Amino acid sequence: MIRVVLPPHLRTLARVGPEVQVEVEGRVTQRAVLDALEARYPMLRGTIRDHVTQQRRPFLRFFACEEDLSHQPPDAPLPDAVASGAEPFLVIGAIAGG
Amino acid sequence: MVGDRWSLLIVRDLMVRGYRTFQQFRNSGEGIATNILADRLRKLEAAGIIRGGRERTDGRKLDYRLTEKGIDLAPVLLELLVWAARHERTGIPCGTLAEMAKNREQVLDDVRRRWRERNSTPLMPVFRGGESNREKKRGRKEKRMSKVRVLVGTRKGGFILSADGKRDKWDVEGPLFAGWEIYHMKGSPADPNRLYASQTSGWFGQVLQRSSDGGKTWETPGGEKLPEPYSPPAGVSNKFVYDTSAESGKPLTTHQFYDGKPHPWEFKRVWHLEPSLTDPDTAYAGVEDAAIFRTTDGAKTWHELAGLRGHGTGSSWQPGAGGMCLHTILLDPSNSGRMYVAISAAGAFRTDDGGKTWKPINQGLRSQYIPDPTAEIGHCVHRIAMHPSRPNTLFMQKHWDVMRSDNRGDLWREVSGNLPTDFGFAIDVHAHEPETVYVVPIKSDGEHFPPEGKLRVYRSRTGGNEWEALTKGLPQSNCYVDVLRGAMAVDSLDSCGIYFGTTGGQVYASANAGDSWAPIVRDLPAVLSVEVQTLP
Repeated sequence: MIRVVLPPHLRTLARVGPEVQVEVEGRVTQRAVLDALEARYPMLRGTIRDHVTQQRRPFLRFFACEEDLSHQPPDAPLPDAVASGAEPFLVIGAIAGG
Repeated sequence: MVGDRWSLLIVRDLMVRGYRTFQQFRNSGEGIATNILADRLRKLEAAGIIRGGRERTDGRKLDYRLTEKGIDLAPVLLELLVWAARHERTGIPCGTLAEMAKNREQVLDDVRRRWRERNSTPLMPVFRGGESNREKKRGRKEKRMSKVRVLVGTRKGGFILSADGKRDKWDVEGPLFAGWEIYHMKGSPADPNRLYASQTSGWFGQVLQRSSDGGKTWETPGGEKLPEPYSPPAGVSNKFVYDTSAESGKPLTTHQFYDGKPHPWEFKRVWHLEPSLTDPDTAYAGVEDAAIFRTTDGAKTWHELAGLRGHGTGSSWQPGAGGMCLHTILLDPSNSGRMYVAISAAGAFRTDDGGKTWKPINQGLRSQYIPDPTAEIGHCVHRIAMHPSRPNTLFMQKHWDVMRSDNRGDLWREVSGNLPTDFGFAIDVHAHEPETVYVVPIKSDGEHFPPEGKLRVYRSRTGGNEWEALTKGLPQSNCYVDVLRGAMAVDSLDSCGIYFGTTGGQVYASANAGDSWAPIVRDLPAVLSVEVQTLP
């Protein structure tokens, strides 16, 4: 069980609370977690990763265990603490005006 | 004169039924003989009550109009109508009678105004026999349509403002999708409960929302949360992918960037949603970078009509200051294959085959900011408007210049006339008067606010060239807001309502075709778009 924390606007869009939980089979990677998240909450497709390139949207960052994982390859394994559910995987909106 | 039965009936026909010609008077159902009719028309003219003139369409016919002295008979006629309705069987609806009896002054003011403006609709409401089918149909429709719903998109959410037909007390709902930019919300003409909204964000990209209950609840089509065990989703409502297929999309690779260099097309957001006139599940989306998409499954999936980008000039299109956006889509109600779009800063385009093939329609436009001011492509068209009954006539607010075309955009001519500045964004047409047009002049491209700090809507009753300032109820000092291209709309109630929103967060409404204005709300986020639905 993986814990994912979404930014407030995406919580509203997905109609969920601050944290959601998804199941990932096999290796726990950024891609696997986001795929599971989008499968469970289809309205989030395109809002975190681009529909076509599957790249992270520029104003979003991925944090976990006090580390910035935004620039890690999508298929690199996430920290054990995330894989075990001890720590959440954080999707963060950049602080950028507006 | 007034004592004569026939004379008074002629005056009545002029005033109540909007009749103008000998034939109309003769067939008005009272059985007047032609020689008597000719005699009474002569006498009425001699007495200075009516005046005959050559009819515009047919020079041989005479067209009669009441004089000042004639229109002064309006109070007499009104009293006769009220009296007759009270004591005789006339077919005047009770509600209408009560309204008229209560608001005599307003009815008479309206009669005088319509007379002054040479309005072709009858000066007083039509009640029985003799009116054309079209007028009958409109009369029935008016009675049913007694509510308006104004859909407002802002920088920080959507708002729905509603009122009854009087349009003086408003309910404000919102913010919907709080914190997101709502570029456009629009209702389906085929089902007014079906609404579409374009929700966008610099962080999270595009979201497409749909309502099937007039805006009470919303969903992202095809993106609903799935019950377990969940199967692959039914659609992706926010997925706008340019056509790159070999058959239709292959040559569409780059357009020009601001610096004139080639730049690949990148989807940024939906600027405009135009629901089909006949099918609630079909809608068109105008997007940035400029392209047009269509859905036929209620926004679950979108497909590009690639003939627009692919018609030949796409590689030379370039963005305007607000991005390279397709911001206007007009559907021709008389021809299901015909559609108009406008792109900043490429120009206007038309399809006659339902979106398969397109051609630029920019002849007659002159833009000093491009190397060849009369080029086929490169004009920053801000908005086009059309009256549904005259789909061949288009009005355009360009970056500079207000333009008009009477041949489906094939050729444009300037109708800026006496406007204080012909820069601006919004333009729209009166719901019942195809030659009555509204613009909001903005000082210049460098100074996006009203000239002299006075917020003025300009109205032309002559299809352009002659414009009058409408200021009653609008701030006439220290006003420095902008009115954006999508932020003006008209309702179709009998007394046409006009609405516009500002970047300062005000939404102004006029329930009398612009004669006077009042704010519905004053302190919304910057208004991006305003649409209005006239409801039963």
